[in-house]
Parts: sequence; C-alpha cells; structure tokens
Amino acid sequence: MTPRKQRMLAVGLAGAGVVIATVLTLRAFEENMMFFVDISEVVQGNAPADRNFRVGGLVVQNSVEREPGQLEVKFTLTDTKNNLDVYYAGILPDLFREGQGIIAHGRLDANGVFVADTVLAKHDENYMPPEVADSLAKHAAEKAAATAVNQE
Amino acid sequence: MIPEIGHFALIVALALAICQGAMPLFGAHRGDRALMAVARPAAIGQLAFVIVAFGCLTWSFLQSDFSVLYVANHSHRALPDLYKVSAVWGAHEGSLLLWILLLAIWTVAVGRYSRELPEAFSARVIGVLGLVSVGFLLFTLLTSNPFTRLMPAPPDGADLNPLLQDPGLAMHPPVLYTGYVGFSVAFAFAIAAMISGNLDQSWARWTRPWTTWAWLFLTVGIALGSWWAYYELGWGGWWFWDPVENASFMPWLAGTALIHSLAVTEKRGLFKSWTLLLAITAFSLSLLGTFLVRSGILVSVHSFATDPERGLFILAFLGITIGGALGLYAWRAPSLDSKAGFRPLSRETFLLLNNVLLIVATTLVLIGTLAPLVLEVLQVGKISIGPPWFGIAFTIPMLPLLFLIGIGMHTAWRQQALAPLSKQLRLPAVIAIIAGIVLPGVFYGRLGLLVTVGCIAGFWVLSTAVMPVIRSLRRPAGTPRITRAALGMCVAHFGVGLFTLGVTIVSAFSIESDRSMVVGQTVEAAGYEFELRGLRNVDGPNFRALEGEIDIRKNGEFVGQLRPQERTYIVQQNPMTEAGILVSWNRDLFVALGDSLGQGAWSVRLQYKPFIRFIWVGCLVMALGGLIAASDRRYRVSVRSEAREGVELGPEEPA
Repeated sequence: MTPRKQRMLAVGLAGAGVVIATVLTLRAFEENMMFFVDISEVVQGNAPADRNFRVGGLVVQNSVEREPGQLEVKFTLTDTKNNLDVYYAGILPDLFREGQGIIAHGRLDANGVFVADTVLAKHDENYMPPEVADSLAKHAAEKAAATAVNQE
Repeated sequence: MIPEIGHFALIVALALAICQGAMPLFGAHRGDRALMAVARPAAIGQLAFVIVAFGCLTWSFLQSDFSVLYVANHSHRALPDLYKVSAVWGAHEGSLLLWILLLAIWTVAVGRYSRELPEAFSARVIGVLGLVSVGFLLFTLLTSNPFTRLMPAPPDGADLNPLLQDPGLAMHPPVLYTGYVGFSVAFAFAIAAMISGNLDQSWARWTRPWTTWAWLFLTVGIALGSWWAYYELGWGGWWFWDPVENASFMPWLAGTALIHSLAVTEKRGLFKSWTLLLAITAFSLSLLGTFLVRSGILVSVHSFATDPERGLFILAFLGITIGGALGLYAWRAPSLDSKAGFRPLSRETFLLLNNVLLIVATTLVLIGTLAPLVLEVLQVGKISIGPPWFGIAFTIPMLPLLFLIGIGMHTAWRQQALAPLSKQLRLPAVIAIIAGIVLPGVFYGRLGLLVTVGCIAGFWVLSTAVMPVIRSLRRPAGTPRITRAALGMCVAHFGVGLFTLGVTIVSAFSIESDRSMVVGQTVEAAGYEFELRGLRNVDGPNFRALEGEIDIRKNGEFVGQLRPQERTYIVQQNPMTEAGILVSWNRDLFVALGDSLGQGAWSVRLQYKPFIRFIWVGCLVMALGGLIAASDRRYRVSVRSEAREGVELGPEEPA
C-alpha cells in the first residue's frame, strides 16, 4: 500500500466510523435521554405520557407512608408550589429523609401518581440536586413576585 | 507554624517550577548547555519542596490542627490515623497537592532515566513538565490553598465524608492520579518532539515505557474505584457511567489507543502525527477530567467540590494547554512525513482499526458526558443520559474490537498471507464458539444473542492470547523465546478476555431482589436461602451501626454468614450502608440492610453477582501485562548501544 492509499484508507475508515457513530448516537439519544420535568409542569399535564422522565423536589414532611412491614412506599414531593405523589417499591437511599431534596426516575400512571423505578439522594445531607435547586428558586421568585403584586 | 512552612514551600516550588519550565526550553532553543543543565536540579529541588509542603499538610492532619481550614473541614480527632493520612487527598485542595507531588515525582523519574537521551530533547521534556507544574501550582496557590488558616480554630473537625473512610478509597486517588499525571510525560515527549521537529522511531521507543506505566496505573486506579463503588456505595453496581467515572475512563481509552499507535510508530515509523495527536488527547482528557470533577458543573454521585472560580481557572488552563499543543501540532505535524507503506492484511491495519474504534468509543463517552451540559446551556432542556445509552454506545465499537484483537495479535507487520493466518486461528475460533455457547447455555441455562456473542468474544480473546505463549513453550530448541513485550501484550489481552467474560455474565445473569424480612425469617433468592438470624447494635471508632446476621444456605447446606451494617457516622450524622459480601471465584452473594419498615421488619437487598470478580481481576491482569511489557530490556538501550543495535531493532523486526 502506498502512503497515499494508506491515508485514504485511514480517512475512509475514520469517516465511516464517525458517520456510524453519529447516527447511532442520535438514535440512541432519542430513546435514552431522560428529561427533567418540573413538578408544576407534571401537575399541569405537561409531562411526557409514555416514557420515563425525572422529577425532583423536596420530600414533604410527614408524607412518607407505608404499610408496616412492606417495602412499598408512598410519599409526596413538592416544588413549594405544587405537589406530586410518588410511589416506589424498593429500598430508599441512605439519605432519603423528609425535607430532603431528591430526584426520582419513572413515569406517571393513569391516576396521576408518579411510579418511580429509581430514587436518588446524594451522599451529603446539605446537598441539593441542581435541578431541584433551580426549580425551587423559580417558584420562590414567582411567589415573591405574586406577593409584590398583591401588596400594590 | 507548620502550615506556613508548607505554604512557603509551595511558593518556592512554584519559583523552581518556573525555572524548570523556562530555562531548559530557552536553553534548548539557543543550544545553551548551561541553561539546559538547569532542568534536572530544578526538578529535584521542586520535588523536595513539594514533599515538604505535602508533609506539612499530612502533619497538620495527624496533629488534628483544626486552625487549618482544610483540616477542620475534612478531619476529626476520632478519625483513625490511616484515614487522617488519606484525608489529605480526600477533597479538592489536597488532591491538587497530590497531583503536583506526583507530577514532580514523574518529572524526577524522567530526569533520572533520560540521561541517555539527547540533551536538548530531555531538557525540553523536563521543561514542558515544569510548565504543566507551574499551571497546577498557580491554581493551588491562587484558588485552592490547602494551608489557609481558620481563626479561631474549632474544637473539633467536621470529619471526613464517611464514604471516603475506606481502605479502597484511601488508595484509589493516588493510584488513579499517578496514571492521570503519567500521561503528562507522553504529552511532554510529544511537545518536545514537535518543537525539535525530529520524531523518529527511537522517539517512540523512549515514549512507550512511560506511556505504558501511566496506563497501567490508570487501569489499576479505575479498577479500584469500581471495586470501591461496588462494596461501598452499597447497591452492588460496579460501573455507573457517572461523569466522574467517565472522566477517568476517557483518558484510559485514549491512552490505550496511544499505546497501540506508539507500537506502530516504533516498529514501522508510521502514524507519527496521529501518535502525537493521541498523546495530546490523552493528557487533555486527563485535564478535562480534573475540570469535570472539580468544577462541579456536572451532577454526579462522586464529586465533592463545587466552585465556579476554580472551574474558570481550569478552563483557562485547559484552553492554553490544549490550544497551544494543537497549535504547535498544526504547525509542525505536516513536516513529519512517513514513507513506508503496508498491506491491507497486516498488523498495521489492525492497529489502525483498534485506534479508530477506541477513539469512536472515547468520543461517544465524551458526547454522552457533555451532552446534558451543552443542551442545558442551549436551553433545550435538562436531560440526563443514563447507563442504558452508554451501554449501547460503548458496546457497538468495542464488540468488533474484541474480535479484531485476536486476529491482530497473530498478524505480521507489513504483510500477512491469509492462509497460514486462518489455519492458525481455526483452533481458538472453535474453542471460543464452543465455550461461548456452553458457559451461558449449560451453566446459566439461557442463550441470549448478546450474552452468547459476548462470551464467544471473551473466550476468543482468551484463547488467542494464550496461543503465542504455548507456542513459545513448545518451540524447537535453539529458537528465541517470546519477548517480554510480546508476552506483556498476551497477558494484557488475556486480561481483556477475563474482563469481557465478567462483564457479559454479570450483566446477563445478575439477580437482585429487595425484600422485607423479620428476624427468624428465611427468604429465597437466586437459588440460595437467606435467613435473618438476628440484629444487634455495634459501635465503631466513629460510628454506631445496626448489624444484621444472615445465614446463607443452598439446598439446606450452609454456605456462609454475612454481617451487613447500617452505619451512622456520629459527627456528620450520615447513614451509610455497609454491605455484606460473600466472595467466591465465580459469584458474589451481596446483602445490604435498608431501613426499618415497622413491625420489626427490615428492608434487605439480596443480590447474586456471577463472575463479577472477573471484572477486577481482568483489569489487574491487563495492568500486569503492561508491567511485563514496560520492563522489556529493549527500552533500556542507551543512545550509544542503539547505534550498534540499530540494524536489528529496525523496522524489519517481527514482534
């Protein structure tokens, strides 16, 4: 093989690799990326219906319920404006607590309950997942604006 | 006083690093031997002062000097001494100091073992390493000084994150960083070659052992991290495709490509500019890794520091280093022309394919890691890309690579005739197909497409990697035995085979079951009976724990007992799961204790993990292969003897 042909081969292979990779990447992205959806958006019915997505918020105080002795657990998440009921059958993470910011992966069922397949809490009690922090800050700002309007 | 000495030592180290960076490079440019001679003493001096600084910080930890902010934030009087030492690199500032220390050690090692190299060349290499060190020292001193005082000193510290109080994670950062930082040597060799415009096969021969050493440390470091995540994060996963994991994995992939491309450059004088580009890429990805982990811009289960100012500094540093290196590359690489050619069926072709596939994999991991960030900046939405995507995206380029490994290993340089090759590979192919069907089909009772292909790939790599060794053992008397470099290659590829089998089997046949258990109850999972015999409270040095006692039986026969704990660390009040793991060569039984469910019931996670040990053993075997290859005598030839041996070491040598 001459160096020229060699280079053509190299470029051709690299090009083919890149094209294949791009196509597969885009296709797989479609299927596998999970959007983070605000709880308020979910409550207003703007959540994707037939696919998994992420929600995040604070676990409402005294909302964690379970039949004694059973794994299945129900709790309520809030973005301080709207609430969302979450159902989960599994072991909650170590740092799952009421009042704590958490993230859940799953989908909505017919009754508007979020059925989670994963619940995440970071290994640091002061940690707030950035999405949750943003979502809370947004609603805090809306509230502040609303209060300001009322006072006028 | 001790912390001030440490701080001062860091400043002196910076001054020496500037000398080490500027003077030898200028000297090499001017041909001034006196200036070039500064390189080694400056590097040794820098190392000495960095050791002093590192020692001062370690001392502050051991003395529990909480007037040092960093110590107060990450230590506690009750912390065992081992973890006081490992707490030095338990967070951002200290891990930077560790990075600098390791860089200084690598530099002195390069100085020590490069005496046989042309003076101007080694001066440039050490100079470039000095400049990298200047960047990191400035970063530490300006944004992340570990010696900052805290007045008044608190009576006790905030304790080390309980997750980090573990022998696995005490060792993980130093080993991983040794690998990361090691790629700076390959980078410096590349820059030095581009400055001098002289890149020949001896350049590749000098670079190879250094790259292999860095790569083997990185391999062990990543394996340690994965092992730690498996038993310490508590839920039995061994790889999460988390940004921080990806950050260490991308340099590994690029480094693996570099090792293979260097082989071609050394043996055949080909792929020169590509090799340079890979050397730059591997180091850039190491820097990017630091950026990703330390800036806190990505959501991750492992990152412990968030600070935008630091992120900005690293970004600027990254821009200068990568931009400068690529600029130099664009300017110089076209002049590095190679004349030799090769046939489509030759080892060169397979190494080229290896590089293409590894770089595709690296790119995919990079895209998956950065896409959420880019999409958020573009306001498209907040997304996360989960393990399933990475699983698919990574398997697509890697599966063909596994089959190519076996062929490439047995293909000659330059040109290979097809008939003898296919005759040679018939036996391993038969073995791989039979074993790859029997293992999942007979022992696990299920033959999925992916699992069967994965097992065949694993056995294919294993059997093709063993062949050259067997051939060497059965060689006719008087013929040379397998070289260390070739043996290292076989061993490393054998490790790849073990790893592949481990990943395939554990992904396909793991069983996981969350249960509610009361004391005295027996539940069945994965063919084993788990009996919760009791629960009791135990006290550790700085934690309290609830400990379960679980007997495991199979068909009524006692297999073992596990004592998983649910720990609460007293200072930070963090709960932590300490899983119980029953290890055997072909499966782990993994039990983690969850929360109280009321009425005396506890949630328990039971897992059966077949072949999971193969994953880490495979990594260790890969690293061992690297060790064998790097110790090949060929890499220790001096400049003088090289001239003599040049003929036989030339491109004609089969490997």
